[in-house]
Parts: sequence; structure tokens; C-alpha cells
Amino acid sequence: MSTQSMTNQDAHAHGHEHHEHEHHDPVATRVFGFWIYIMSDCILFASIFATFAVLGTNYAGGPTSHELFELPFVLVETFVLLASSFMIGLASLAMNKGDKQRTMLWLALTLILGAVFVSLEIYEFHHFISEGAGPQRSAFLSSFFTLVGTHGLHVTSGCIWAIILLIQIATKGLTDMNRSRLMCLSLFWHFLHIIWICVFTIVYLMGVI
Amino acid sequence: MFGKLTIEAVPYHEPIVMVVLGVAALLGLAVVAAITYFKKWGYLWREWITSVDHKRLGVMYIVIAIVMLIRGFSDAIMMRSQQAIASGGAEGYLPPEHYDQIFTAHGVIMIFFMAMPFMVGLMNIAVPLQIGARDVAFPYLNSLSFWLTTAGVILVNVSLGVGEFAATGWLAYPPLSDIQYSPGVGVDYWIWSLQISGIGTLLTGVNFFVTILKMRAPGMSLMKMPMFTWTALCTNVLIIAAFPILTVTIALLTLDRYIGTHFFTNDMGGNQMMYVNLIWAWGHPEVYILVLPAFGIFAEVVATYCKKRLFGYTSMVYATVAITVLSFIVWLHHFFTMGAGANVNAFFGIATMIIAIPTGVKIFNWLFTMYEGRVQFTVPMAWTLGFLITFTIGGMTGVLLAVPGADYVLHNSLFLIAHFHNVIIGGVVFGYLAGFTYWFPKVFGFKLDEKLGKASAWCWIVGFFTAFMPLYALGFMGMTRRLNSYDNPDWHFPLIVAAIGAGIIACGIACQLLQLFVSIKNRHQNIDETGDPWGGRTLEWSIPSPAPFYNFAHIPVVEERDAFWHMKENGVSEQKPAEYQDIHMPKNTSAGFFIGIIAAVFGFALIWHIWWLAIVSAVGIFVTMVMRTFNDDIDYYVPAAEVERIESQRYQKLSNQA
Repeated sequence: MSTQSMTNQDAHAHGHEHHEHEHHDPVATRVFGFWIYIMSDCILFASIFATFAVLGTNYAGGPTSHELFELPFVLVETFVLLASSFMIGLASLAMNKGDKQRTMLWLALTLILGAVFVSLEIYEFHHFISEGAGPQRSAFLSSFFTLVGTHGLHVTSGCIWAIILLIQIATKGLTDMNRSRLMCLSLFWHFLHIIWICVFTIVYLMGVI
Repeated sequence: MFGKLTIEAVPYHEPIVMVVLGVAALLGLAVVAAITYFKKWGYLWREWITSVDHKRLGVMYIVIAIVMLIRGFSDAIMMRSQQAIASGGAEGYLPPEHYDQIFTAHGVIMIFFMAMPFMVGLMNIAVPLQIGARDVAFPYLNSLSFWLTTAGVILVNVSLGVGEFAATGWLAYPPLSDIQYSPGVGVDYWIWSLQISGIGTLLTGVNFFVTILKMRAPGMSLMKMPMFTWTALCTNVLIIAAFPILTVTIALLTLDRYIGTHFFTNDMGGNQMMYVNLIWAWGHPEVYILVLPAFGIFAEVVATYCKKRLFGYTSMVYATVAITVLSFIVWLHHFFTMGAGANVNAFFGIATMIIAIPTGVKIFNWLFTMYEGRVQFTVPMAWTLGFLITFTIGGMTGVLLAVPGADYVLHNSLFLIAHFHNVIIGGVVFGYLAGFTYWFPKVFGFKLDEKLGKASAWCWIVGFFTAFMPLYALGFMGMTRRLNSYDNPDWHFPLIVAAIGAGIIACGIACQLLQLFVSIKNRHQNIDETGDPWGGRTLEWSIPSPAPFYNFAHIPVVEERDAFWHMKENGVSEQKPAEYQDIHMPKNTSAGFFIGIIAAVFGFALIWHIWWLAIVSAVGIFVTMVMRTFNDDIDYYVPAAEVERIESQRYQKLSNQA
């Protein structure tokens, strides 16, 4: 998940400040690089959304979105994810204050809420499949499972990333490297929430109207 | 235990394949034996395989590209010879199922594993040097990108000896590529080699985009960047925007084949045209990903060898950016016959024709740079002149094909084949070979042989016209693409001419290889002492050849476009700095290599449905990545004294010359 940077706490401690201008601020470069990665991820989702837009009503005689989707359940999922986004916001604030304990606490809560969200999604998928509405049933369901599943996979990898980052913060503290990692994870998490808003609107809401 | 893999997967009953495999095995053994004999394994591991130096990675990319050029060209020779003999009822020597794999492999290899690595290799070598940087923004990521590309190359080559390759054409259109019609592993080889190397390319795109935007030397504003860097920037924008679409498209096809979803199937609501739309939404930007850097190379070459600043730099930048944007709104011209309706086709037809305008602007930029310039007819100039003529013809046939009505007649005919070879060989290949010759001394410290370089250029140019002009005619005569045999006797003669053309191109490739061999042998006569063998204009020529691993002892301060030319005019290019400072550099790492190799195993396991191995290798990739993030010992400082020692050698050489 994490890419490398050219920075190193120790090296800076040895009085190499005069090199700063040559490094072009590695933390900023890392975060900028991650922004660019997120833009490419955005296009990845856009392609899957486009596929859903084309295939989303091809029910092939199978269950339709009106029959399957239950908005109250999706609303719960949405609020769980929203709460986790809030938590990672608090983690970032604690990090800016240099409060290691609080940072870890909020990050752990982010991770738990993320895991709850993924569990809810797995429950929903399992429920659909057991009703005979699996991804093999129709093009609509293929694209539904792929779109929502890709988002879920992203959240899952975000959770794994958060676990690794918790270990790294616990062992090494809020180093420059770990700070930039948390900044990137936070960007990633908010990005996934924006994607979820689109999923909620385009897939679920428009699916039942 | 081994999934679908059995001993039957080895095509031992096909003599052609077995001979090729035998020769490849012998060559491989010879290389391994030579490395062992000269005790070079340690050197190879320390200096190359684990290297994060952009110049080394660039060289490795180009080595791969040249090897795959030979493999892809062998496919071309086989197709040309098959069509030259399989006339009027004759079957030729290649059975249909083998012939189908050959044309598929030819396209896939030439685009993904020849042109892409060549382009990325040249970008690796030149971009950091042109912008006055010591490395790319994320050196480890750069190494990872290379090894993921290598994983794709490995898979494509393994398909030759274990199983089969796709027989679907290079873009694997469903429903033919669906499990129902292609139940073998061929399409799976296609899927995983492209998916893995595609992710490598995407990471390269992010890496170089950030490098160019964040790592430029002080004073180098965007409009002071060298032209090649500009085209590289636009290419990376295209990679970032287009490659995720490829990733998704291939992933959806994978789901259709592996778990039975219905994205592109005939039944249950699937839609094949969705695939065709998606793949070309990536595929059309892809051709500009390949050709824009070639345009950049021609701009550098023309300015350098005409001893003039590039004519109309600003217009060239805007033309490049315009092409970048337009390349995303023309994809439908690849399938006008889909039947989207007259209005839709008209929109895409006109959008396509509009691209000819910025491209035409560039052609005039190059021509006017030459006008009244002091043109030196070097090898890169030979490629450039060949390009200007060839590419202009190819561009015009492209505008012709952009007329939807004409396209209905010429769709899927050899006219189309002639057109895209015209622009890809004339634009991309000529450009990369020019860049190869141009930057070679910067990497290796000696120049390539001029005579053989020119011989190669002549063979390629003459060979190209001999091989592909008959194909234009054959298109009008009604010959469609991908034919294994035919019964129309009128087609026979042009196809023989085309085969002769392929033979002439083969001479061009031979000259190129011979040139490398002769130049290495005579390297002491062609040594580049100054670091500026061509009288260059941009920063890469301000440092010694071969470039030291840290590139610049002092990060240069840029005041003007053509920064080095400006320094030379002001007489400051050879000034020795008063003192040197420690240089911060990234350490080598084996993580990229291991992830790449395990990714190849992962792909192989998925191709053959060896699920346990797939899980084990996926875990292996994950663990390697995580271990890397726990490693804080990733950089070091080169002491100032060491920098001074290396740099003073160069000033010694310079004063010897004077």
C-alpha cells in the first residue's frame, strides 16, 4: 500500500538541512503522488459506473433492483461509513497536535467502523446470493456486484492498511513517514466515502425510484 | 494439484514451436553460462536487478523492448511468408489455429512489450536528466513498475512453451474471448500478462507525472521544459487517465471467464459492444501514449542537429496538449460499423479529423526548425526525415479512414493494417530508434556506429514502403485482415512484394543489432569525453557521459529554455564549482524484483487454475510489500569528497581535450 519516500528521520538529524531545496519536500511529494493515484482510481470507478449505467437495467428476467434493494439497510451502511470518515478526521487532527495515543485511538475506531461496513456488505451480498440473485444471474447483477464489491475491496484494503499503520505508529511514533502515511490513508478514506455517495445515489436510490 | 496444467500443455508435436523453444533454451543457457563463467551474478544483482537508478532501469526496459522486437518481428515474418505462399488453394505452412495465435501475439507483443517498454525506457533515461533531477519522485516504485512489466513479458513468453496464446486478435473481443468460444488458456495468458504489466505502467505514469511536476530544477518553469519532457508529461497524463480503463475492462472479462458473470456474454443481458467501447476508450489514448514521446524525441533531435532552437516551441506545447485532450473523444472511430447512427459517427469522424490539425502544426514546427538551419545528417536525423515523409502519408490515410462512409468500406481490410503500421512504424518505431541513438552516449559513454545506423534507417524506410504500400492496394482490392489463406489470385503478387518488404526490414533490424555489436567492439574510438557529443541544448548534455549515478553534482539553476545552450553561450558550462556537498540518494532494494517475480507466478497460477499457488503467491506479494514499508533504511548520503573525486575526473578529461 505504502510507497517509499526519500526522507529519513535520522538523516535529517545529522544536520543535512542545507539539502532541503534539493529534496523538493518529500512529504508533499508523497501526498501529491497519492492524489494522482486517487485520480486514477477515480477513473477506475468511473469505468465501472459506466458499465453499470449501460448494463444496470438488463435484468434478463431475473430479480430487479426494485425487488432487491432495501434503502433502510443501505442507510445504516452509509452512516457507518460516514462515522468512520469522521473518525479518521479526528485522527488527523490528533496527529497534527502530536498526540500519539489519541491518533491511534481514532484510527482504531476508523478501522473498526470500516470493518463493520464491510461486514454489512458481505451480509447483503450473502443475502442476495442465497435468494438466487448472485452475480451470474444477469448483467445487472454482474455489474452491481462488481461495482459495490470493488468499493468494498477498497475499504477492506484500507482496513488492512490501517492495521499496518497502527503497528507502525505504535513502534515508531508519529515520524514524518508515518504522518504522510496517515495523510494518504485519510485521503483514501474520504475518497472512498465520496465513491460510496455515488454508489448510494446511482445504484441504490435510482434503483428503487 | 496443478489445476488444468498437464504435460499435454507442452506443444511437442508442433515442430516450429519446438525449434523456437530449443533455440531460446540454448540462448538462455549460453547467457546463464556466460554470466557464471565471468562471475557476474553478484554484479548483476547489486548493480542492475536491485537498482533503483532510473538510467539502469531505462536500459533494462530497452533491452526487453529489443528482445521483444525480435520476437514480435519473427511473428511478422511468419505471417508475411504464410500469406505469400498460401494462395489459390495452397494451405501454406501455418495451420489456422497457429496463425491466429501468431497475429494475436504479434500485436500484443509489439504494443505492450516492445513499444511500451521502449517508451518507458527512454523516458526513464532522459526525463530526470532533462529536468535536472537526481532521480524520479519514487525510485522504489520505478523499480517495481519495471519488474511488473517484466512479469508480463515472462507470461507472454511462457505461453509459447506451456499451453497456447490467445487466438482472438490483439484486443481479445468477446464473445470470441469468452470462455464459451475460447475455453483454452490462451485468453488467460493474454489477460494476466496485460493486467500485471498494465499496473506497472500505471505506476510509471503516476511516478513520472509527479517527477516532472515536483522535481524540476529551480527556475525551470513549465514553458522552459525541454520538448521531450513536455511530451512525456502529456503521455503520463494519458497513462493515468487511460490505463485504469484497461484494468477494469480486463477485470470484467476475467470475471466473465472465471466466475461466469454476464458483462460481455451473448445471453443474460451481456453487451459485447460495451467491451469494445471500453477497450478503445483506453486503446485510442494508448496510441498517443506511444507517439507523443516520439514527437518529443524528434523535436530534440531536430533542434540539436540543426543547431537552431525549436521553431514554435509554444505552438508545439499547445499542439501536444490539444492532442492529449482530443485523444479521449475519438475512440468510436475504431468501430463506426457498430451502427451508432449517423450523428454519433459524424461527431467522432470530425473529432478524429481535428487531431490532424495539431499534428500538422508539429510537422511544420520540425520543417521550419530545419529551414535555414545547419542540418547535420546524423543517424537520428535520418530517422527524423524518414518519419516526416512516412508519418505524413500515414496521417493522411488516417483522415481518409476517419470518414465514416469510407470506413464502412475499408473497415477490417488491409488498408487499415497499412494505415496503422504506417503511423506506428513511421512515427513510434522511427522515433524510438532515433532517441536510442541520440541518448546512447549519455548512458554508455560512447557513440553508436554511424554507417550501420544509417544502413539500418535506409533498410527500415525502404522496407516499410515495400511491405505496406501493397497492403493499401490490397485493402482496396477487398482483402480483409487476419487471413490464413485465400483463393483470389490477384492478391498473390502484392503479397509477395510485401513479404520482400518484410525481408528488407529484417535487414534493418540486423543492421541495428550489428551496429550495437560493432559499436561496443570499437567503443574506444567513439568515446564521448565531453559529455556533450552532439552540441546539445538541454541539461542532460551538461553532465559527463556516462552520467554519474547521482546525475548532477550541483542541481543546475535554469534561466532559459534550452538551458545548457544558454550556459554554453554565457561561458559558464565548464565552470568548476567551488565546493561539493553531500548528495542524498535512495538505496537499492530487492523488493520490486521479488514482487514482480511473484506476480508472474501469481499470474501463471491463475491461468492454470492452480488455486493454492495463487493464494500462496498473493500472500507472498502482500508480505513483501508490507516488509518494505517497515524498512526505514532506504536512503544514504554520498560524501562530498566522493562527489569531488568523480567530478574532477571529468574536468581532467575536459582540460586534456582543450
